Amino acid sequence: MARRAIRDGLFTMPDDPGAARLLAGYCAACARMTFPAQALCPCCGADGCESRALSPDGVVEVCTTVLNRPPGYDGPLPFGFGVVELPDGIRIISRIREPDRVVPGTPVRFALDHLGADADGNDLVTYAFAPLPAPGRWGRD
Amino acid sequence: MRRSVYVAAVGMHPFGRFDGKTIVDLGVAAVHEALRAAGGGHGGFQAAFCGTVYGGVAAGHQVLTALGVTGMPIVNVEAGCASGGAALGLATQAIAAGAYDTVLVFGMEKMPRGVIRSSFFEPWREQAGLAVTPAYFALRAQRLMRDSGVTVEHLAHVSVKNHRHGVHNPYAMFRKEFSAEAVLRSPMVCDPLRLYMMCSPNEGAAAVVLSAMPPPGATPHVRVVAATLRSHLPGNVLGEHTPLSGLAVVDVPSPTELAARDAYEAAGLGPDDLDVVELQDTDSARELLSYEELGLCPAGAAGQWIADGRTEMTGTLPVNPSGGLLSKGEPLGASGLGQVVELYWQLRGEAGARQVPDARVALAHTVGRGANASVVILVSD
Repeated sequence: MARRAIRDGLFTMPDDPGAARLLAGYCAACARMTFPAQALCPCCGADGCESRALSPDGVVEVCTTVLNRPPGYDGPLPFGFGVVELPDGIRIISRIREPDRVVPGTPVRFALDHLGADADGNDLVTYAFAPLPAPGRWGRD
Repeated sequence: MRRSVYVAAVGMHPFGRFDGKTIVDLGVAAVHEALRAAGGGHGGFQAAFCGTVYGGVAAGHQVLTALGVTGMPIVNVEAGCASGGAALGLATQAIAAGAYDTVLVFGMEKMPRGVIRSSFFEPWREQAGLAVTPAYFALRAQRLMRDSGVTVEHLAHVSVKNHRHGVHNPYAMFRKEFSAEAVLRSPMVCDPLRLYMMCSPNEGAAAVVLSAMPPPGATPHVRVVAATLRSHLPGNVLGEHTPLSGLAVVDVPSPTELAARDAYEAAGLGPDDLDVVELQDTDSARELLSYEELGLCPAGAAGQWIADGRTEMTGTLPVNPSGGLLSKGEPLGASGLGQVVELYWQLRGEAGARQVPDARVALAHTVGRGANASVVILVSD
């Protein structure tokens, strides 16, 4: 099944899922990042923001869980939803895996979530963050 | 010199669900009542502003066509949850500037059932699960819990208070008291928000006639001394403009803070002067956040404020004596004007069992999609 990004330009989608990155717009005029990327800076209005891959590692600021199916959404339930702060100086609204393991400050890493097949039979992919394995977890596995 | 702006008359259709009534039916009922109370004969106003979000093309025109009062400019105003406040602001400015002597303002809505959905979000955001309105509310609630010592008990307290008030409001959708235990046992929507902590999108209409002249009849007269509207500034990832990103270090005022600042300055009044407030309680946390953003309590004190009962009917500054949106439901285009109608009754001593004693200065506040925030200050004299 061919993979299809939920929207072009949000993230890279190399064959190695671990190498995927979010793409932001960087404004040289005001040194601010924006996601999704766009040519015009929504902070200062300058033209010519350049595309930059964001750090895959961040921490959760706040997180909740969507329990009920929202309109227009056909993916798996429940799912985590929250704000992730990245060292690039940007906060991102994102799906968050395993929300029951997440509290403010939990370290998370970028990941790709599969939403199921779209109308054309493609594997629909969106972006997410996943909590890092808890200390000691490997010893129990 | 800017002229005074008086509330000459009000009209209201209850908020709720009215199968078999169209949005035009709801608007006609509220406008007809307001025009009859204004006593200006057939028409008697030189412009009309209609707030609605889901009303469709020229919805305000349809109402006034049905009533047979047309010919004047009719402007339909969409500003999300603040549509009614935005319409009132335009009318107030027009009268204060001398453009018109009498203006009709009305708002109406017949919301689709269930979670609010709109063309605001591109389809891919819905498909990705990144357009879930209650989840955004929940994240703001979590931030407030982190920053202001708010607990789930405080959130339940807001709901209990507003539903207790709403029992006395014949225009409210829900007229039933809930215990804190019942609120905390109601189904989880998005942690920490439970079903009874959230308002219902619904249907209704409200109308206000504004005039440059004090209306004939019994005092006190009610004046609009501020009606401000502001939008968001960039930066806040959890701002009401619901972006997908924001700055890590951000200290920008919210649209509510901006609108409140403008309104207090225009009125020459401050939070300490207020006797009664109707504010945006889309969910319990939103009410507490509004306490801080409107300056009703110090920053970080919202939880303590509700716990101390300061915003109860018996408190130092009663908030949402109508029962708020939690009791009334939220018909977007009508909700802000519904607040203004309630406060008109409060300032005239006509609010019955939910009357705040000796209310002379009142504030109405709405905020939502856009982002838009409106603040209206009314005084009686």
